[in-house]
Amino acid sequence: MEEVLFFAAAIGALGGAIGVVAMRNPFYSVLALIVHLFSLAVLFLLLSSAFVAAAQVVVYAGAVMVLYVFVVAYVGGGEESAWESIPGQQFIAPLLGIALFVELAIAVLASSLLALGQEGPHVNPGFGDPAAIGTLLLEKFLVPFEASSILLLLAAVGAIVLAGRRVPERASGAGSPGTPREREPGDPAPDAHPAEVPIR
Amino acid sequence: MSIEWYVVLSSLLFAVGAMGILLRRSPVVILLCLELMLNAGNLALVAFSRMVGNQQGQVFAIVVMVVAACEVVIGLGLIVAIFRRRLPLDVDELRELRG
Amino acid sequence: MSATTWAWLVLLLPLLGSIVVSLGFRAIPARVAGIVGTASIGLAFLCAIAALVNLLGEDADARHHASSLWDYASAAGLDIKLGIYVDQLSVFMMLVVTGVSTLIHLYSFGYMQSDEGYHRFFSYLNFFVFSMLLLVLAGNFVLLIVGWAFVGFASYALISFWYRRATATKAGMKAFVINVVGDIGLVLAALLIFRELGTFEYGEVFARAPEVFARGEWTVTAICLLLLVGAFAKSAQIPFHTWLPDAMEGPTPVSSLIHAATMVTAGVYLIARTHVLFYLAPTAADIGAFIGLATLLVAGTIAIAMTDLKRAIAYSTMSQIGYMIMGVSIGAYAQGLFHLMTHAFFKALLFMTAGSIISAMANRQDIDRMSGFWKAMRFTSLMFVIGGLALAAFPLTSGFFSKDSILAYAEARGGMYTWMAIGGYVGALLTALYTFRLIFRVLPGEPCEEAQHLIDTGELYHGPPINPANEELEDTEVGFPGATHHVAEGSWPMAVAMAALGFGALFAGLIQVPGVDNVLFGFLEPAFADSPLAAIHPTVGAEWRGLAIGAVISLVGIGLAWVLWVARPELPALFRRRLRPVYLLAVNKWYFDEAIDFLVVRPALAIGRFANSTFERLVVDGLVSGTRETVSAAGGIVHVVQSGFVRSYALLLIAGFAGLALYFLLSSS
Repeated sequence: MEEVLFFAAAIGALGGAIGVVAMRNPFYSVLALIVHLFSLAVLFLLLSSAFVAAAQVVVYAGAVMVLYVFVVAYVGGGEESAWESIPGQQFIAPLLGIALFVELAIAVLASSLLALGQEGPHVNPGFGDPAAIGTLLLEKFLVPFEASSILLLLAAVGAIVLAGRRVPERASGAGSPGTPREREPGDPAPDAHPAEVPIR
Repeated sequence: MSIEWYVVLSSLLFAVGAMGILLRRSPVVILLCLELMLNAGNLALVAFSRMVGNQQGQVFAIVVMVVAACEVVIGLGLIVAIFRRRLPLDVDELRELRG
Repeated sequence: MSATTWAWLVLLLPLLGSIVVSLGFRAIPARVAGIVGTASIGLAFLCAIAALVNLLGEDADARHHASSLWDYASAAGLDIKLGIYVDQLSVFMMLVVTGVSTLIHLYSFGYMQSDEGYHRFFSYLNFFVFSMLLLVLAGNFVLLIVGWAFVGFASYALISFWYRRATATKAGMKAFVINVVGDIGLVLAALLIFRELGTFEYGEVFARAPEVFARGEWTVTAICLLLLVGAFAKSAQIPFHTWLPDAMEGPTPVSSLIHAATMVTAGVYLIARTHVLFYLAPTAADIGAFIGLATLLVAGTIAIAMTDLKRAIAYSTMSQIGYMIMGVSIGAYAQGLFHLMTHAFFKALLFMTAGSIISAMANRQDIDRMSGFWKAMRFTSLMFVIGGLALAAFPLTSGFFSKDSILAYAEARGGMYTWMAIGGYVGALLTALYTFRLIFRVLPGEPCEEAQHLIDTGELYHGPPINPANEELEDTEVGFPGATHHVAEGSWPMAVAMAALGFGALFAGLIQVPGVDNVLFGFLEPAFADSPLAAIHPTVGAEWRGLAIGAVISLVGIGLAWVLWVARPELPALFRRRLRPVYLLAVNKWYFDEAIDFLVVRPALAIGRFANSTFERLVVDGLVSGTRETVSAAGGIVHVVQSGFVRSYALLLIAGFAGLALYFLLSSS
């Protein structure tokens, strides 16, 4: 039973991955990634990591992928042009990918780490439970926990700074270089009433 | 299934992700391939956690997820900013950072 | 207090004077600076007398002490101390240096009074006295070299004292460069001494030398030849003499102190101090004696043709030092030093009177323009005559006894040295001739314009400020002599100093009359007791015979000068026409300047120019530019990688990782 599930999930993951790389339309690539993520969640379940699987579905496939969908919708799913600007890249890349996989596989399979060849020690039913993970997070890994929360804060601020619209310059601004910014796709018409300008 | 299977699968997914970065030109797709590689890493982490028998690998995987989320946020913010400035969304066109 | 303590004080006082005057030049008014400078040397003179008294209180054989303040370097076989050596020789030199320096400082107090660089002058002069004392008091060769170098620097600073004058600065540079050549000789000699004997201290060197060296061995001959190079450069002997006439660009007190009485006698002191080594190298000693003789005669001939008053006296100095060098080279140590002392007196006096006369002439030095000063400046003229009589070895003056003592010793030594004595007597004739040429040109006769002005109005003639060497019009700010001058008749410090020296010039010889008293030689002899040469004493009869010959020659010379320049003044012009080549040789200073220019200066300049144009351009610049271009080219090659394509960077990253993983897989299998 476990093998069946494993292979199904593995094929799903692999298929999703190849789909991300191969699809021309970015929107389809996003969808392929979502399939891949769900398959990975199944694999996590097979490895007795319930909480991680749940987090994968909720956070990754849920939130992060939604971000991707929004951006792809905003940016548009343009097809890529066919010409290759870096000569030889098309041929070297698959070769490198295969080389990488082969080396890693050899490293794993020929490893002298004998435990890899087994199924893992017997674990209690509460192995991957939120309780266990939570205890670890708040006791042993408190500092990484706090650090990653700060990281999230930084990322949020950074994203706003990067992608936020600049405050419009006053035409008679003293001391500031007064080049009027270009009209961006989401800008209202120049003669719009100030009250109609969306609140930043 | 012995742990080997999971780890080999993880390396295969990693290689696919690496290949994707080298092959695709759209920044969005490159970010997606980066996600692939990160998730491959997560899979390996969880597999080793199961092999060792404690949940430390799983905690690590959660932190990796957080980091991946942050990185996606920034990356997408960059793409939005590039798009707003009417620049082509093509990493080969965006090459002013050269020596 | 012991003699060495007094000696340290003697060393310290001029240094203090120099520091006080130089650091306080803004705060201290001019007169005070002059008083401080003169007083420091005066006090040093008193301390020197105290050291002498102290020394006399000891046994004649025990009168040598070394005293050191601290160790400079004490490692790897080196042992250099800051130490002095007090014995009869150094005390004698100390007394001469401080005594004459005090009088010259007093003279400068009046002479330099209106000069803008008054403080600078006294600080330099004090520093010079300090360096000279360091030189004579040094207890080891390293400190000797230090003092030697300092003296060279002080000479340079004082020659180019009026630094805005191009001729003065050039003369200073010339003096310094030639002195450096001598320094090289001295340093090499010191190195050789250290290599052979393993020490720098005087006591040990002179004790070990006779044991280590055989007489006439080439190493000690080489050492002595190198010492001679140093001595000749400092004492202006041929061929290193060309700087001394040009050094007359400095103010007259400088000429009188440095280039007559003290610095130029450093070579004589050196040979006297290292007499042990020179005894072991008779070849070198003979070379020294020959050069001394040659300089004596050559400088004498040039002095007859010189028309610049100070330069004529400079050549006279060169000639008299030739006597001294000849004397100490053949073994007449005490006699040579006796002549050093008397020469200091009468030459300093002559320069002082020359300074007075030049002041009256509104800074002109040409004797063709001078005449009749006997009527205009009685005191100066009297001092001039006294100095001239002593220089010409007129009977019973100091120069009479000192010069003839050297020549009597040379005769007593016999062999080829008798010929040197004969050469010395010929030189004495020349000396009397050129000395009284100057006196008979300047003093008697109708007063020249400047002298007449002085007689009529009682004030000095005021001419436009010019450079006497090339008649250029000058300014009167600092760096130039200025427009105001002082003469002995008007300035009591100058008169007092000249009177004191005149007294010494006349009567200082009486301490060493053969057969009557033996004050000086008796005092100095123990210092040279380790040299068999010093044991040679001419008999009293031989000495008096020498004195008689010397008296005759001196009177003949003075009489001849009278005939040529007073009684029959048309004769010199006749001789100039008839003996034109001889005259040209003399007036062009035997073409030494031209020879050195051709042999040394031009090749050096050519090498410099070659180095600049070829070597510098091709090798040095080539290396530098070549390196730059290579680096740029390498950079250009690597530059290709930075294409700006993100994906090629990613490719490199992944390829690198793949390669690394491959390496680790292979190495662990």
